[in-house]
Amino acid sequence: MRFDFNDEQREIKDTARSFLADRFKPEVVRELAEKGTYDADLCRQIRELGWTGIAIDEAHGGQGLGVVELATLCEQLGYVAAPVPFLANAMAGLVIEAAGSEEQKERWLGGIASGEERGALGVVAGGRSLVADADDAAVIVLLDGESASLIERGDASVEAADVIDATRRYAWVEASEGEPLPGDAAGALDRAAVALAAELVGVAQRAMDMAVDYAKERHQFERPIGAYQAVSHLCAQMLFDIEEARSLTYGAAWAADAAPDELPLAAAMALARAADAAWSVTKSSIQVHGGIGFTWEHDLHFLLKRARVAGQLLGTAGTHRERVAELAGLS
Amino acid sequence: MDLTLNDAEAAFRDEVRAWLEANHPGTEPSGDEAAFTFRRAWQRQMHDAGWAGISWPKEYGGRGATLIEQAIFGAEMARADAPSPANILGLVMGGPVIMAHGTDEQKERWLEPILSAEEIWCQGFSEPESGSDLASLKTKAVKDESTGTWRVTGQKVWTTFAHESKWCMLVARTDTEVAKHKGLSYFICDMDQPGVEIRPLVQITGESEFNEVFFDEAEIPDENLVGGVGNGWMVAITTLMNERAGLGGGASVALTRDLGELIKLINERGGGDDPLIRQRVAKLKIGIEALRLGGMRAMTAQMKTGIPGPEGSIGKWEWALLNQELTELATDILGPEGLDRSAPWTYRMLRSRANSIEGGTTEVMKNIVAERVLGLPKLR
Repeated sequence: MRFDFNDEQREIKDTARSFLADRFKPEVVRELAEKGTYDADLCRQIRELGWTGIAIDEAHGGQGLGVVELATLCEQLGYVAAPVPFLANAMAGLVIEAAGSEEQKERWLGGIASGEERGALGVVAGGRSLVADADDAAVIVLLDGESASLIERGDASVEAADVIDATRRYAWVEASEGEPLPGDAAGALDRAAVALAAELVGVAQRAMDMAVDYAKERHQFERPIGAYQAVSHLCAQMLFDIEEARSLTYGAAWAADAAPDELPLAAAMALARAADAAWSVTKSSIQVHGGIGFTWEHDLHFLLKRARVAGQLLGTAGTHRERVAELAGLS
Repeated sequence: MDLTLNDAEAAFRDEVRAWLEANHPGTEPSGDEAAFTFRRAWQRQMHDAGWAGISWPKEYGGRGATLIEQAIFGAEMARADAPSPANILGLVMGGPVIMAHGTDEQKERWLEPILSAEEIWCQGFSEPESGSDLASLKTKAVKDESTGTWRVTGQKVWTTFAHESKWCMLVARTDTEVAKHKGLSYFICDMDQPGVEIRPLVQITGESEFNEVFFDEAEIPDENLVGGVGNGWMVAITTLMNERAGLGGGASVALTRDLGELIKLINERGGGDDPLIRQRVAKLKIGIEALRLGGMRAMTAQMKTGIPGPEGSIGKWEWALLNQELTELATDILGPEGLDRSAPWTYRMLRSRANSIEGGTTEVMKNIVAERVLGLPKLR
């Protein structure tokens, strides 16, 4: 029994952390978000690091590592709220690899792994789906209940969506019919849920770090505000939420790689908890910052909005909890 | 990352499980006195089989189990719903303190009877005016220089099992001139003497697990001082860390078992179609699993560093919250029947109110997290 990264995983994490801290400084993220674009050169660097194919098997051009390694990257990308078309492509790759036919894998996984012909993934809700990075994806996977289908970009109606999270591009997608994925789509979606949960943990961690730093610096009544328990206990609650979400997310990532029978429950628990944690921590962080945290000039709102949108990409926390209740044995 | 047991660990689990199946003492009798006698006999049985001192080093009569084995043991005890040993405070606090700070004579005198439950131990820390602010305590110990005997006067409170105990881990003020943390000393006080008066406190459950203890010139020989004069705070902190680590053991397993019972109750009685109930059950399931996994992460970290980290405070806080919410939900499900004094869930709901107070309040846990994990400044 050992619940920790191995050396290789730790190296992936450390490399990602320093690379992202250097490339996605807050002013860079702000500039890209305000323009609503991605930086082509930064996207190329990420592709060259092999991140896009990290969890895709080597036969299809990936690195053949697992969901644990992918989750590590997603967490770090979430930490800087990196404006890059990464998550949707990675989630599409996980689903196609787990539930696609040999032909479908052959056709799409290479492009997803290299990042040259990206995928995107959405959940059908009320006719149209909000899908991250659908506008210039080559293929879109749409999940509808227990079934999933592949739609080539040209066969779908894709309309840019002006959602609150400006650190990523989103689109409304509608498609009449696609090519069904023959495998277990729900099981495949669980793997994608872990990647999303990891991103949300990273977002929450950044918002907490900012709140804690601010609570140490900001003085009122001749004391740092972090010395007041009304503030410090809010920060302690942030750590509580994040650590629960992180334990569940890495537990689910491990299950995805090593204990697939445990994955459905583990993934639903992780995503429900991470979505809640990201929202509660980002909103508490704004509270700790006071008025400045409510301004456009402060970076916190990028995290709050990322938490809000990402937390609903695969359904709300309430829907994931309903699944937990069912899998826990409530009839 | 591997969240499963390896072959050796699984074999250990099977050994514990088989022993518990063969030796489980059955249901605890009702009544405080009968229950205590039952637990004392159970501890003796555990000790005879070498389980009582699971975490104690072999040289002191323990099993010298690894952290993982201790966790497995706690989990199996909870899984089997086995009673806790009578001398729990001696096992998780008194013994470890003597091992860490005691003299050879003290180890020789006290350790074995702790393991065998022959001598029960209690903890004299909290006072009516000193709860979370423990270092402000006022119970005074004065040394008679001619005889070397210490005389103790003051009052302790929330003293669990004082009425069953032979020995009390007593922190008293031996110097009023220095800063409050520096003027304390740690004694082992014989409870069986005229200067010690014990009055039971009745809890909201109607039971009396704990007491008030009044010391009036109670005598403690100098050889019962542990760790030297003025070092009481440092010695006491060791005990508190052990207490918190000791609480962690099978907590998530016990909660998992309780949630299983609750789900069964809902499925039998109905209510499972109510979305609010379903969400509450799911939140409990998620919290309990987070506690279990968080415990595994903390243990992995402790295997590296050798000491329990301040993160353990999150687990204590989490456990209290979960146990309270779980028992509240169960009594909500029972409706008016859950108001009956004799309903087991109702007892558990009432008892759980103490969870966020005993062993350090949730507010103190939040202070520890804020100050020692997040590095926020202290107000004090």
